[in-house]
Amino acid sequence: MKRRDLLLATLIILAVWQALAMLLNQPILPTPLAVGRAFASELGRGLPGHFMASLWRVVASTALAILLATPAGLALGQSPRLNSLFGPLIYLLYPIPKVVLVPVLLLLFGIGDLPKVLIIFLVLFFQILVLVRDQAAELRPELIRSVRSLGAGRRALFRFVYLPASVPAVLTALRQSVGTAVAVLYVAELFATRQGLGYYIYLNGSTLFNYPAMYAGIVAMSLLGLGLYFAVDALEKRLTPWRGD
Amino acid sequence: MIRLEKVTFQYGSAAPVFQDFSWQAGKGETWAVLGPSGCGKSTLLSLLAGLAFPGSGQVLVDGQPLTRPRPRTGLIIQEYGLLPWATVRQNVELGLRIRHFYGPDGTHAPKDFHPEADVDAWLRRLGLEPVQNSYPGRISGGQRQRTAIARTLVLAPDLLLMDEPFSSLDAPTREGLQRLTLDLWAEQRFTLVLVTHLIEEAALMGRKILLLGMPPNRQAQVIDNPGAEGPDFRETDAYQAMVRELRSRMEPA
Repeated sequence: MKRRDLLLATLIILAVWQALAMLLNQPILPTPLAVGRAFASELGRGLPGHFMASLWRVVASTALAILLATPAGLALGQSPRLNSLFGPLIYLLYPIPKVVLVPVLLLLFGIGDLPKVLIIFLVLFFQILVLVRDQAAELRPELIRSVRSLGAGRRALFRFVYLPASVPAVLTALRQSVGTAVAVLYVAELFATRQGLGYYIYLNGSTLFNYPAMYAGIVAMSLLGLGLYFAVDALEKRLTPWRGD
Repeated sequence: MIRLEKVTFQYGSAAPVFQDFSWQAGKGETWAVLGPSGCGKSTLLSLLAGLAFPGSGQVLVDGQPLTRPRPRTGLIIQEYGLLPWATVRQNVELGLRIRHFYGPDGTHAPKDFHPEADVDAWLRRLGLEPVQNSYPGRISGGQRQRTAIARTLVLAPDLLLMDEPFSSLDAPTREGLQRLTLDLWAEQRFTLVLVTHLIEEAALMGRKILLLGMPPNRQAQVIDNPGAEGPDFRETDAYQAMVRELRSRMEPA
């Protein structure tokens, strides 16, 4: 996508927002300018801290999900026996919206980062697991055969075939689920914490009725999602150059 | 170089593809294995490559019974043998990297393996320098097969197995690569076993031709083709006569 087009799209969003704010003329929808001012002043107060708390939770859970789901997906994709054992389980668990487990995890693991990290981890884990598994299962037997004929045993096959083959699957999974991860993060941060953008947005919107500050939080959360999405996009371009055009 | 001793092989409980099948090929010979689809040509190559093992009997290469792929044997298949995420150059280097990965252990790489094999020379020899940084998905089928050939020959094999290597290519490209393969054979003097379903290709590439029929194959039918290997064999009467003979022998009785 061209930078110019992205800029244009941003301007359109701002214009529509401005128009809606002027039409509605209510405190619940301040203009972009008012939100921009609030955002700038909140930067000097608590906002960066809340942003970092949220960022840390997403990054930690993403790293954990990649580390555990990739090898599991590779194992399932390579072994029809393992897959027939775990396949039905995954089939049933995969479509469950993991966000409904937030109260359960909170009850089990209490306050702190752990339940929040775990819930995002669950979202990403199944996405990565399924995509890596399918990618590994789709590797052509001819490819495996010819790499084996070059002398590759199990370890070299893993290093030179299965591992690089799983990179695009991991990145696709991340791109698909980054939005969901941030949404789930928001819900998770509504409970049992005083840190994070979810808490910040809810506090300003429903307790303090400071709408410009609430919107500053929404903007920060959007930037978090966008930043993660752009990061995955950049990694995809860098790590999978054979797929681009 | 190759000895099959009373080899019996079958997939699951199906009828055997080979039954008490014996055959041998000498060092430096060029062999074409010809037969209709389903005759067991590719199975034979898998047995020779150490990727499949007989139910009974023995497959010996260079005097050693095979228990796994042998480091000095090269295998080139019809398609999909290249890593799609690696450039032409990286694909050509793959075998060398695998050998570095294990070191000269005699199992995955020959004990006397010297890592200074010249990738550049092979890229040049096969005309791949201009596309060395391209991915397999972006180059022609002929260039892909050249890449596969370079990747195999850079490892200096003494036995080269080719499984329908040119079947998916158009005729001019195929003829060019057939010529190239014979030239490379004349330079390197490896033993060549090429599996094909094309009568013309078998007549052109094999100084000896092993004819397989519908399974079970019990006896090796070997046809001498003394004219092959010459530079202009395709233009000769002997070539035409060989094509005719192979055609008549392949016709179902």
